[in-house]
Amino acid sequence: MLLNVQDLRVTYRTPGQKPVEAVRGVSFGVDTGGAFGIVGESGCGKSSLARTIIGLQPAAAGVLRFEGHDTGQMDAAAFTRYRRAVQMVFQDAAGSLNPRMTVRQTVEEVLCVHRMCPPGKITGRVSELLDRVGLPETVLDAYPRELSGGQCQRVSFARCLALEPRLIIADEPVSALDVSVQARILNLVRTLQKELDLTLILISHDLAVVRNICDHVAVMRAGVFVENGKASEVFDAPQHPYTRELLAAIPDIARSLSRNQ
Amino acid sequence: MSAPLLQVEKLAVTFRQEGVETTPVRSVSFAIHAGGRVAVVGESGCGKSLTAMSLTRLPPTDRAQLSGKVLFDGTDTLTLNRDGLARVRGHGIAYVFQDPSASLNPVMRVRDQIAECLPGVRRAERLAATVRLLTQTGLPDPARAANAYPCELSGGQQQRVMLAMALAARPKLLVADEPTTALDVTTQRHVLDLIDSLADACQMAVLLITHNLGIVAGRMSRISVMYAGQIVESGAVASVLTQPRHPYTRGLLAAVPLLDAPRNAPLRDIPGTVPSPDAWPAGCAFAPRCPAAQPRCHNLPPPETESDGRQCRCWLEGTACC
Repeated sequence: MLLNVQDLRVTYRTPGQKPVEAVRGVSFGVDTGGAFGIVGESGCGKSSLARTIIGLQPAAAGVLRFEGHDTGQMDAAAFTRYRRAVQMVFQDAAGSLNPRMTVRQTVEEVLCVHRMCPPGKITGRVSELLDRVGLPETVLDAYPRELSGGQCQRVSFARCLALEPRLIIADEPVSALDVSVQARILNLVRTLQKELDLTLILISHDLAVVRNICDHVAVMRAGVFVENGKASEVFDAPQHPYTRELLAAIPDIARSLSRNQ
Repeated sequence: MSAPLLQVEKLAVTFRQEGVETTPVRSVSFAIHAGGRVAVVGESGCGKSLTAMSLTRLPPTDRAQLSGKVLFDGTDTLTLNRDGLARVRGHGIAYVFQDPSASLNPVMRVRDQIAECLPGVRRAERLAATVRLLTQTGLPDPARAANAYPCELSGGQQQRVMLAMALAARPKLLVADEPTTALDVTTQRHVLDLIDSLADACQMAVLLITHNLGIVAGRMSRISVMYAGQIVESGAVASVLTQPRHPYTRGLLAAVPLLDAPRNAPLRDIPGTVPSPDAWPAGCAFAPRCPAAQPRCHNLPPPETESDGRQCRCWLEGTACC
């Protein structure tokens, strides 16, 4: 098991106000090479959970084990290695790129900061990464504003692949994109996962997207997992009423057309 | 059949900026009958929103030049004077836009914003009328919502406030421009159900603009697929979605992840992107991305053909490979 989360809690405290418990005791495990989907609506705590896993947000309680090691007990060097091994792709691709940096600078920066390859090989590695995510070399010197939403999301993927991660957390990677571009990015995620033997945590409110990619799925609501299991079981025989409600709310073409006839 | 409520004929929008002319909407024609449900779908940058806004001449007139005809209730809104236009806007055609938090004034209470849409109502009765409208949109605590600022409401609640404002003047046509793109799936369903039931109750026609084919199926009766400023295919929803004729429509349909599809089945995408309005291709605008394109597709714009109540703009229409 690559990642094991035990009873994780995330609490936001604001002086003078009641603390908000965003994640209230979540436990799950992700196998190496697996694709784990987390679905739920805005405000259910999915992003807080993701941010806590990659260490952007401290956990209030709980244990996070990566390859068997408790991340809370890691020394600085081990934690840096962990941060490198776990990467995140955010929903707003354009917003998560620096508007004043070209594609080349964006990818180079991570390579340099983490000393991923000798300076002489950086240019070659950048081209290799762009090729990996399906971007032409012509965008190397482009700024994010000159790119489409789908291209920005590819740059985000290239940037996170630069660190040769073991686990990628993709937080709503396609919800801001057009349906045709969405298909392209989802296909990219699938190929990358297979070819680089990556482990994936995909966060989405779109169950069809999760269904398409993930082998395990957890349904999150109000900070807890209300259902967690194999994707086929959760989708075909949902146990929790909330899962059923979510499934029923998906606008599905075939289903709507057959209902109308 | 009686004359349609809205008849758009060869609508084109041209922008002139720094001496460069672009035509993001070129020759769009469609009709909506009273109480009808029409959807316009397409990717970003296809001209859907601009078409919708042009119905009441919302694009800035100093830069945008509108041509063609937009006959609403028999009068052409493109030739109306200011007063005439003011009567159409809101009273005839009302809008709900994609991002409710950006459409609402953040420093005004909900009740004051809705009251702005009720000019004929006496001051003393405005609050009651506002609460009535909010009740209609199914807000849980309309009296509280009336006193709230937009930031105190959730996205779904804000969209309901937008709907209340749109309904204030009892429009005959509601233009909903991506009304649920910013919302969660369950909220999306509530808002769409609400639009459906309000349209039924008020005998209001709906023009829904979206890129989500799933919400079109089962809710709308007619669909127009827009690409690069033109309608490339239109017809009854069930027939277009089950038997798409235009390669673009087929591409859009294939790209939608389906719930009952096998896991790890790769999704079919449409290669390339929508060309920008200053670089519309000479022939069929979709040809550069079309899997079935032939030499003539690149050179000559395809004519619009019509059969079985469906329009299609494709050279390959009716041929075996299409």
